[in-house]
Amino acid sequence: MATPASVHAHAPQGFIRKYIFSLDHKVIGIQYFFLALTAVFVGMFLSLLMRIHLIWPTASLPLVGTIQPETYLSLLTMHGTIMVFFVLTTAPQGGFGNYFLPIQIGAPDMAFPVLNMLSFWTTFVGFVVIICAFFVTGGAPLHGWTGYAPLSALPSAGPGEQLGADLWITSIAIFCIASLLGALNFLTTTLDMRAKGMTMMRMPLTCWSWFITAILGLLAFGVLLSAGILLLMDRNLGTSFYVPLVVVNGQVMGHKGGSPLLWQHLFWFFGHPEVYIAILPGMGVTSQILSTFSRKPIFGYRAMVYAMLSIGFFGFMVWGHHMFMSGMSPYSAFAFSILTMCIGVPSAIKTFNWLGTMYKGRIRFSTPMLYAIGFVSLFVSGGLSGPFLAQPVLDIQLHDTYFVVGHFHLIMGVAAIFGIFAATYYWFPKMFGRMMNETWGKLHFFLTLAGTYAIFMPMHYLGMAGQTRRYSQFTEVAYQTKLLPLQTFMTYAAFITIAAQLIFVINLFWSMFKGPKASDNPWESTTLEWTTSTPPPHDNFGGVTPVVHHGPYEYGVPGAAKDYVMQTDPATSTAH
Amino acid sequence: MSNATLEHGAVEHGMPGAYEAPLFGAYSKKVGMWLFLASDSLTFGALLFAFSYNRIYTAWPTPFHAASIANATIMTACLLSSSLTMVMAVFAAQRGDRAWTRNWLLATMVFGTAFIVLHGMEWTKLIGEGLTIPGFPKPASAAAGELADVSKNVPQFPATFFGLTAMHMLHVTIGVIYLGVVAFRKWFLPVLGVLWIAGYFLIPSDNVFHYGVHALGLGLLVAAIILFLKPKDYDAHDVEVAGLYWHFVDLVWMFIFPLVYLMSTRIS
Ligand code: HEM
Ligand SMILES: [Cu+2]
Repeated sequence: MATPASVHAHAPQGFIRKYIFSLDHKVIGIQYFFLALTAVFVGMFLSLLMRIHLIWPTASLPLVGTIQPETYLSLLTMHGTIMVFFVLTTAPQGGFGNYFLPIQIGAPDMAFPVLNMLSFWTTFVGFVVIICAFFVTGGAPLHGWTGYAPLSALPSAGPGEQLGADLWITSIAIFCIASLLGALNFLTTTLDMRAKGMTMMRMPLTCWSWFITAILGLLAFGVLLSAGILLLMDRNLGTSFYVPLVVVNGQVMGHKGGSPLLWQHLFWFFGHPEVYIAILPGMGVTSQILSTFSRKPIFGYRAMVYAMLSIGFFGFMVWGHHMFMSGMSPYSAFAFSILTMCIGVPSAIKTFNWLGTMYKGRIRFSTPMLYAIGFVSLFVSGGLSGPFLAQPVLDIQLHDTYFVVGHFHLIMGVAAIFGIFAATYYWFPKMFGRMMNETWGKLHFFLTLAGTYAIFMPMHYLGMAGQTRRYSQFTEVAYQTKLLPLQTFMTYAAFITIAAQLIFVINLFWSMFKGPKASDNPWESTTLEWTTSTPPPHDNFGGVTPVVHHGPYEYGVPGAAKDYVMQTDPATSTAH
Repeated sequence: MSNATLEHGAVEHGMPGAYEAPLFGAYSKKVGMWLFLASDSLTFGALLFAFSYNRIYTAWPTPFHAASIANATIMTACLLSSSLTMVMAVFAAQRGDRAWTRNWLLATMVFGTAFIVLHGMEWTKLIGEGLTIPGFPKPASAAAGELADVSKNVPQFPATFFGLTAMHMLHVTIGVIYLGVVAFRKWFLPVLGVLWIAGYFLIPSDNVFHYGVHALGLGLLVAAIILFLKPKDYDAHDVEVAGLYWHFVDLVWMFIFPLVYLMSTRIS
């Protein structure tokens, strides 16, 4: 049975059933959130080491000693993998999606609570496995988050490519399974458990974004799972799916006839949808917040929905834009290029709708709003470099340079993180019953915004000047040393930005216990989570199922008593 | 609300009546299974893509002979019959006939097991004749012969063959365990345990299934966790959903059989 009444009639007793192996989607959401928080600090620490190594390659650091060139590669692999999978895929969807999807559609829980718990614990095991890669012989793998073969397929190819690489692949495979289970749970919940009156076109855009993200996850992770299994076979059973005849250190490997391009196809068929998995929930939460804090309905709700759907649809047809330089036929490069540019259209629609939402609004510049505006800013500045990269001719110059690193950090890395921050500041009162400190929140925002631009904007210049990504040392190469001042500047910017994150953590934990008590609806929002008590009871609405009468963003309604109409308000039949 | 209402009512939420009609009209478990199958078809799709990719770029050998095809045809027949018995099980469950539900499920499991055993013997025979990948334990007889040459010259052939069929065999195995758990609940666990241990000791260590049989151990663990979390008896919906999975696994074989067997056969 999906959710028998007995499960919800009374909350489970005992610490373990209540907080550890809980079936309550709210507890699971918070578990995902803290897992991602742990992961983001691990990932950030690794990036700090990388930045230090790039400008002081011989420095001896406390605890870690001197970073070797191959260790640099391990750092960058683990940084990318942990950030993409265990932060950007975990927090927005697993964390906030789990917590708020059921509440926003008026359901008492997810469709499959047991499966939900299993998804979280599977993800957790995946995280433990990947962390283990640091501690085995040879250390963590060197092959980058994209795991390109043959490097990733040959245990003899480098120190980290031994057991560490096996653990890396295993962790990814486990993560795939967890995400599949999670995705089908999200989809079933959205399809089947919407309260009376919550039609699809009355769902908050957050729910739409989690829904579409789940579709992408459901289809993309299945492919990565297969790709990973074949890679494990290549490594441990001696097959040659991805490995041609190769020579490593003068020795002929036993492989023959495989194709590294096969890995690239399978990986990017997953990889491009994955970047949207990371960013779509951020788009959803940005829409929600911009509308709430501008006190205006979202501009073009339907256009927003269709834009997200078409982004999801096109997202599966553009993977080849990561492979322009792999020797693919110019004809397919042309097709992939055109299709990639097509995605620019719905992306632009979304951007203009966000601006239209704010235009002439009575904007309240609270911290969540600042982060939502920051998201739009980063989405634009990171997105604009996309169409450049999508030109095969330009990509010949820009591929595998810092330009690409700048592009995807602005748009995927930091924009999605801004989405997470916006969601945290916005929903914290509902989740923990207290308000976060606004002053520290704003300080955190301005430092982070300035800091991330300072780190990632210069990367575009480095890339155009030809500085390649994934190189561990630029200090020894004569023509590269001219670019060193810029790299140094970026490292200092990174110090400041990382330090600024401590403000966030202190604010988070301090507010959790000491912040002022939050009312049920501190932001005067309209969606269902703000109709229930703070924090919500075990079955979300205390035994009743809400009935929905309005669309999600009815702000500034003429003639209404307040300047907003809750989705559950019965009266005024405003046209929708 | 009692379980009885849940079994007969179409809506399966905590609080019936207060919801929008489900978008696709099915109950949650069925929707969940359809979604899982959608994702699983992409998992198989990726493997089939890898297969086709290699096949296109390689001079593909056609080493299979009548004996292999005959065997694979019998295996196909087993699977087709098992789909039929599965349909009967679903009908019986919908009538509320528990005895026959169990019988038909058992018949389905027998056909599934027959498929696995025949497939295992086929693998063992092919490996004995030299169709292997480097990581397999190899019997001495595998050193020479036509299949040994194929393995040496076109390693993609055995790799894709074993990769695809192993993934499918794993799905059939999971299916048999799934049906066993639905039909026999916790009584199925000791059976599984005995099969696992016996399999490990009875299959000689130069046979890949000496290692492959551990899939049963893993299945035992997962089945135990699921039964611990959901000890309640099954109902007609559970049988129907299990049926969806089973038919899907059948369907996948209908792709694999022509692709890896029929299209790799020499017609002399
Ligand atoms: C109009 C929109 C976009 C276009 C046209 C575009 C285009 C491209 C192209 C052509 C590349 C390959 C560059 C190369 O490797 O040489 C690329 C890389 C990348 N893009 Fe985008 N992109 C767009 C939006 C996005 C978004 C929204 C995200 C994430 C949320 C994203 C994340 C990435 C990532 C992660 C990479 C690099 C992957 C790697 O090699 O490690 N892009 N983009
Ligand atoms: Cu892409």
